[in-house]
Formats: sequence, structure tokens, C-alpha cells
Amino acid sequence: MTELDANSAAGPLTLLFGRDVTLAVGICAMCGTTGPLGETVMYGPAPGTVLRCPQCSNVLMTIVEAPDRLLATMPGLRLLSVPTGGTS
Amino acid sequence: MGIVSSGFTGRREADHRLPPGQYETHDFPVLSAGPTPFISLAEWTFTVVSELGARQRWSWDELMRLPQSHPEVDIHCVTRWSKFGTRWTGVSLDLLLADVETGADYAVAYSHGGYTTNLPLEDLLDGKAWIVHEFDGEPLSPSHGGPARLLVPHLYFWKSAKWIQGLRLHTVDEPGFWETAGYHNYGDPWREQRYWGD
Repeated sequence: MTELDANSAAGPLTLLFGRDVTLAVGICAMCGTTGPLGETVMYGPAPGTVLRCPQCSNVLMTIVEAPDRLLATMPGLRLLSVPTGGTS
Repeated sequence: MGIVSSGFTGRREADHRLPPGQYETHDFPVLSAGPTPFISLAEWTFTVVSELGARQRWSWDELMRLPQSHPEVDIHCVTRWSKFGTRWTGVSLDLLLADVETGADYAVAYSHGGYTTNLPLEDLLDGKAWIVHEFDGEPLSPSHGGPARLLVPHLYFWKSAKWIQGLRLHTVDEPGFWETAGYHNYGDPWREQRYWGD
């Protein structure tokens, strides 16, 4: 099967963002479910990584790894909040 | 004279059948962008929707009553594996599209579970594409797209949509799931059209 546990998304996400963003919180544009990227349902990594909402299965994000680049979309995220370590 | 070994002959044939950047596999890897849907044959339908909204629909029994083809084809996945001589049973899209009145140049194949992929309509005609329901003489398993999938072997295999539900015909090209996510819009393995911009 290509369905992997949530933290398997850490590798492609780290490649894309340059650091661990599994604790970044996203809001599903379809159903409004709010939660960390590390708790989404992931398919892949081939032919691409697909992060789906754990509630409604909406496609939140895709990451395709070409030899020379990453191609990413966030079609189903209404918001992504990435902690920076600073204080508000 | 029998001097050339079968191994040497076999390798040369494989080289000839392998598009650039591909390797031959004897497995049949399962790749998926979402959960596997399970569709009962009683509920299964295949629908063609023209650009004007006209619909033609076939039930499972109606599909089975149509003349069946037995394509034996090489398939090529964009993840670089190729599998030679895969044997399928299904119905040619030439038959299914024969009575569809359309001026469309493009099609979007849509599947149970929400997957889509786009192709020029001409790539579905002239003996190049089928709706298949058997692999290697057995009913197509859900993990490989059963009850039925699209088979378009001259393009990378993501175009051969699993769990096919229908075709929407369009006058403009509308990228599908992987085409929107960074894969090539057309996907010819012999021109190694893998990614957007290739």
C-alpha cells in the first residue's frame, strides 16, 4: 500500500520547507478541520506525496520530487501556520 | 545456426522496448494518490459527458455485452518502471465513443475517489485506449483500479486512470490531478515528458 503513517510526510515536507514542519497547523479548506501536518493522511512518496485531510480526505497538499526540483501545491489548505520559534 | 544466446537476444529486445530513463520490472507496483474505493458491480456505471452536457451511460452488464478486446501492451510508469506484455480484457474506446456527438478536442477521465487525468481526445481513439476490467485473465483487483480502469499504454501510466467513472469532453484542455501537481500535461514516455516544463 502507498498509504503511510502521518510522520512519513516529514521527509518530503522537510525537503520543501528546509526544516521540520510536521507541527505546522493547517486548516482544511473543505471541512475546516484544523491540525498539524504531521497528523494528515499521506499517500506516496511515488509518484508524489499527497497529504489528505484525516476527516474528509480532501487533498491538502502535494509534493512531486523531480530530479532537479520540487513541485508543490496546496489546493486544500485554507491556512498554514508555521511556528518560527519567536514570541508574539 | 543458434549461435546468439537467448539472453543476448532478450536484452536487445528489452532495450528496444524501453523508453529513455526506464527499467524493466516483472512486478506490478501499486501507486496511489488516495484511498482505494470499492465499487460494487451493481452500482458501477461508465458515463461519457459531451461538452454540451449530453450523457451516454453504460452499466456493468451493458459493458460486458459489448465486443471485448484483448490488448497485450507494454506499460510505462513515470516512476521509471516498465512492464512488458501486460494482458488485459476490455472495451475499446472507439466503440464507446462511436455514437457520441462532439466537437471536443480534449477529454478528462474522472474516477471514483476524485482522481482526474486529461488527454487529447485523439489519444483515446484509433485503437489506442480501452476501458479494461481483466488483467492476466482475472478480474481487475481494486488495488490495480478494478472493477475497471482506463488503459492508454502509449502514455505514462498515470494517464490510465484507476477506478474509472467516466469521461468529460471539453473544447479546452483542463489539467487533471497529477498534471496540476507538477507532472507533464501530455506524458509521452518516448519523449520522457515526466514533469511540468519537460
